[in-house]
Amino acid sequence: MKSLMKSLAIAKKDVLMYYTKGPVVIFGILLPLFLFLAFSVGRSLPLNFLIAGLISMTVFFASTSVSPAIAPWEGQMRTLERLISCPIDEKTIILGDIIASMTFGVSISAVPILIGVVIGLIPSNPVVLLLGIIASAFCFSCLGLLFSAYPTNLPSTVMMISSLIRFPLIFISGIFIPISEMPEWSRILAYLSPLTYFTDIARYSFDLMPAFPIYVDLLVITAFSALFLALAVELHKKAIYKRI
Amino acid sequence: MIAIEAEGLKKRFGNVEALKGVSFKVKRGETFGFLGPNGAGKTTTVRILTGILKPDSGKARINGYDVVEETLKAKQSIGVLPEVSNAYPDLTAWQNLMLVASLYGMRKNEAEKRTVKLLKEFGIYKRKDSKVKGFSKGMKQRLMFCMALISDPEVVFLDEPTSGLDVMSARMIREKVLELASDGKTVFLTSHNMEEINMLCDRIALIDRGKIVTIDTPERIKAKVGGNVAVEVSFDKPVRLPRRLNAKKLGDKYIIYTTAVHETICEIVDYAKKNNVKIVSIDTRTPTLEDAFISLLEGTK
Repeated sequence: MKSLMKSLAIAKKDVLMYYTKGPVVIFGILLPLFLFLAFSVGRSLPLNFLIAGLISMTVFFASTSVSPAIAPWEGQMRTLERLISCPIDEKTIILGDIIASMTFGVSISAVPILIGVVIGLIPSNPVVLLLGIIASAFCFSCLGLLFSAYPTNLPSTVMMISSLIRFPLIFISGIFIPISEMPEWSRILAYLSPLTYFTDIARYSFDLMPAFPIYVDLLVITAFSALFLALAVELHKKAIYKRI
Repeated sequence: MIAIEAEGLKKRFGNVEALKGVSFKVKRGETFGFLGPNGAGKTTTVRILTGILKPDSGKARINGYDVVEETLKAKQSIGVLPEVSNAYPDLTAWQNLMLVASLYGMRKNEAEKRTVKLLKEFGIYKRKDSKVKGFSKGMKQRLMFCMALISDPEVVFLDEPTSGLDVMSARMIREKVLELASDGKTVFLTSHNMEEINMLCDRIALIDRGKIVTIDTPERIKAKVGGNVAVEVSFDKPVRLPRRLNAKKLGDKYIIYTTAVHETICEIVDYAKKNNVKIVSIDTRTPTLEDAFISLLEGTK
């Protein structure tokens, strides 16, 4: 319990330090919106398909936007040294970073949902959607932490690694093309992306036929979360001392 | 009772052997100075003792807890003031202190009371809601000191606490170190300021190139220079004093450490008469810690 309280203190610090900055919030909303417009304008796709895709992208980008850069920033500012000298372990720091990132991802998801409401699209399964958003924001936050496992104090290096993985993922996760319409090889790749399963939940929440049963989506997202979290903790345990 | 214990600490960074088996013990309630030239291994030692770095071999214990095996228990009883400011610049002084208090597991009301007390003691209470990025170096250092003391730790590590500070801030910090000592806290102090170390520390360890050169009280270390008195003399032109005087040239002055003050001064005066040079000034003083520091380091080369 004490360890969780310490993680929450770190999460609060992250929110105050990194997530409440104007550019972070604006980019958390604008980047997925512009990307989405670039790939959907001119195509005759139903509105509920578009909104579900926009929600997926927003949660994904918001949850992975800042978390990869926190460790290198803190290494540069020497604040990481301050954290390590306190009676907390690496897991507590990582969990705190994940909680902050997840909170940001969940909060920003309200924007595309509100856009949907304004244009008359209300999710028919809000509970499933909320559950999906929370589970996937956690999963993507763990993934974001994995991007920064490379022991460098240069945020640009980490952001390059992050972009190399994040951008291809949105193209193979059924956001712009439904999985059922993908070629066989692409479909196999889609199964390896956690974003595929959240996109499926979002579609289901807006009355579209899901590719998998919802419990399968949630189970796979949970499994990915466990894998990413375990990897992030192990890799950061080694990397954290190389940043000092 | 031993508060800090280092036993054969070794640490290597690539090809550089930063620590070559550092050992010492600091008693509870002692103010222990850690001196050495740049790159001697001071900060590496402090980082190992505070659990920030792991040693390649050797043991370090704080209040009996191994800093590697029982790291959280060891860290719970320490407070650290690092060499470089590492408060969060976009958080206020209050937020920084509350964060550290939370990380030490302090309850909110207890943390708030302690924060108010420390901010008032260190004269920055009025700026509690200002972001740290707007603070001067002296204010940042005071805040860092508050952060080191927030959990009322038994052992306090101060790494160059007065480096680069204005006179008033440096003086305040020295006074706080003395207060800590009178409260029975163990203080581990690294500094380049010899006078500060001399004034504040019960014992001193001198480290050079990753090895401890000597550990003793300031007065005993001064006595190791080789004489009880330093004779400082300057002439109206450059001279070559007799080799047996073992004079060290410092600027336009010569320093001679001796136990026979009268004979030494007579010899200097004789030399000046014989060589037709005038003595501009001559002074006697006890050797300073700086004299001892230089002498001991020269002895290791």
